Amino acid sequence: MVNKIKNEKERGTVTNNVAEKTAETPPPSNGGVTSSAHVLSDPQQTRLSEQKTLQTKRNRYIPIWAKAWIALIPALIFLVFFTFYPIINTFLYSFMGAYTHDLGADTSQYGQIFVSDGAGSFALAQFFASLAEWAEYIRNPAGYMGLTDPVQPIFTLENYRIVLTNDLFLNSLLNTMLLVVVSVPLTIIVALLISVFLNSIKALRGFFQTIFFLPYVTNSIALGMVFNVMFSYHDNGLMNMFLSWFGVDPINWLNLRIDFTGGDYIPAATRLAMFIAITIYTVWTGLAFKILVFMSGLASIDKQYYDAARIDGSSRFTIFRKITVPLLSPQIFYITITSFIGAFKAYTGVIALFADNTKNNGAGSFGGAEGTEWITVVGYIYREMGRGAELPSVASAGSVILLVLILLITLVQMQVSKKRVHY
Amino acid sequence: MANHEQYFANENDRRRWLAGFIISRVFIYAFLAAFALFILLPFWFMIVTSLKHAGDYQTEQAQGILNLFPTNLTFKNFGTIFGAKWGYSASIPADREIAELGLGTSGENFVQYFTNTIIVAIASTIFMIITTVLASFAFARLEFKGKNLLFTLLLATMMVPGEMMIITNFQTANSLNWTNTYAALIFVHGISIFYIFYLRQTFQQIPNELYLAAKVDGYGEFGYLLKVMIPIAMPTIVTITILNVMGSWNAYIWPNLIATAENPIFGNSMKLVSNGLMSMFSNTFRSYDTLRIAGSMVVTAPLLIVFIFFRKYIMRGVSRSGIKG
Repeated sequence: MVNKIKNEKERGTVTNNVAEKTAETPPPSNGGVTSSAHVLSDPQQTRLSEQKTLQTKRNRYIPIWAKAWIALIPALIFLVFFTFYPIINTFLYSFMGAYTHDLGADTSQYGQIFVSDGAGSFALAQFFASLAEWAEYIRNPAGYMGLTDPVQPIFTLENYRIVLTNDLFLNSLLNTMLLVVVSVPLTIIVALLISVFLNSIKALRGFFQTIFFLPYVTNSIALGMVFNVMFSYHDNGLMNMFLSWFGVDPINWLNLRIDFTGGDYIPAATRLAMFIAITIYTVWTGLAFKILVFMSGLASIDKQYYDAARIDGSSRFTIFRKITVPLLSPQIFYITITSFIGAFKAYTGVIALFADNTKNNGAGSFGGAEGTEWITVVGYIYREMGRGAELPSVASAGSVILLVLILLITLVQMQVSKKRVHY
Repeated sequence: MANHEQYFANENDRRRWLAGFIISRVFIYAFLAAFALFILLPFWFMIVTSLKHAGDYQTEQAQGILNLFPTNLTFKNFGTIFGAKWGYSASIPADREIAELGLGTSGENFVQYFTNTIIVAIASTIFMIITTVLASFAFARLEFKGKNLLFTLLLATMMVPGEMMIITNFQTANSLNWTNTYAALIFVHGISIFYIFYLRQTFQQIPNELYLAAKVDGYGEFGYLLKVMIPIAMPTIVTITILNVMGSWNAYIWPNLIATAENPIFGNSMKLVSNGLMSMFSNTFRSYDTLRIAGSMVVTAPLLIVFIFFRKYIMRGVSRSGIKG
């Protein structure tokens, strides 16, 4: 009975609402209900509406795949010009013999095939023209005349030999390995500890989380500059002041030998001092992202595991080692892989710390008298690129080697993850 | 704590557990506070040093003390890096030196760098949103031949280090006469494959029923995109907008190559904030730490303000990407 009344009530209100709505809408000026009939009866109007339906029908006849390509074209044009073509072109550059700087600085004849030094011409068009030339060259090397210029494209591995035997490049590899072995694991361990501790507290958790995320939303050049001043060789540099509390004499962290009037001087920064500065800056900037990822991983671990372990009387360390780390292994794996790749791509952070873009053809300083002490792989590439007189085949070879290194690391870590990561 | 009571056999056990609990809490909070201090210290150092008088700072250096809580504050440093020449007294040597550097007339100041960066950030974000929305719509909703192949190809290029593209793009931009122009800064790296990937995932989560309903209502594919998908995916679009604006703000490598001198048409400096900061303080202000830090401060402050207002969006986007900017 109650239900029935309720239903009736509801129905009543509904009809009431409808009535209200119809009452509220103002009647059309030309006599309300008759308007639609009026339109239909008007021959001109009917024709117009017919045309309209025809047009919408015609619109629908554009096939889906054509619409897809219309939607893709704006992005694809720019991706083809500035992403796909450059990858292929740089790869080819790295094999082009005529561009190595062993052949001297005469660029007048290099520019004919790949690189347009003339005004207004477009590198892509040159690329297709050169493809035709190659086809010609490969078909008949002896009788090759060239379509635009008699310069023959020379394919060689010389660029790779130059890069791989270059002391600077080997130094950059060593530096990267040190970053990978020391800085990256240190950052990951600290981030893991902070995340586990953060996860175990309730009070102030959001406050700490926000603080730890702050370094992520900063400009690495600006903060590098701040660290540069904090690592000042002066007694009042923040780092030196901190050390002076423990009775340590001021250290020159980043700069060259500094002479004062009267024969006093501060010795140049040692390789170790610079490495400590770089590592502290790397940890500072790197923590934020890792903590974010670990925290989201920890949030998804089932609390039952911890309750079970606590009932068993396991110690905190056992819980950490036997439950947290295995269940967090996908995140740890992801962070390790991205950090290793990040270490190979390290560049902006280091040059910001040494804060001098007058060194290395504008690529920035990496410490030491020549500005190359802590050079990174990417730094080496930009240094080669900035040489100016030579075309960038050595830099290209360097970038291809970087790509191979990144692929190798990814492959190795994939293999490791198959054994160690629990999904 | 109440639900742990049952695990303890006697009062002694409970006490021992409580003592361990308190000790571990103290240790955990001390550890977190120490690292929070480590994170905050550079920010505090930056704020404090940018507000110091150049003369006071030099006196501190001579005496070998560092005052982290100065009382004599000034905004003079900010004025100087924005090109103003006010507030210097001829009797203080450091003031006189800075005033004599004659920065205001050179056009190399932060007003110009800010203008450039804002132009590039707005234009590149509009360009990025249009291309990204259309492309991710095609990948998420429309069927066409070679879709999976093309998408795999796009994802594969995410592995390639940016240097491979930059080497050729530098040549291309040169041959297009794009050196020192806004076009080079806006279009060349204007599209991010990660954003397409991210937005496509959001689009794919929208149920198919909505698409069919929209078809019944007479919408075509693009009408559906405009009226249904974009409103639903708005949070993701906001996220990629913020990430892209922050990316423009933090851009250093590409502008450092392509925008080093004056614009050929307008004759203004083309440097973005990061590049301006680096070049100004590698050269003119090399030995004036307060000015360098003030420069870092004005570059960092807008980022922190954006972070305060859009924390949710930024943190969500970041946890997906792993790419800075």
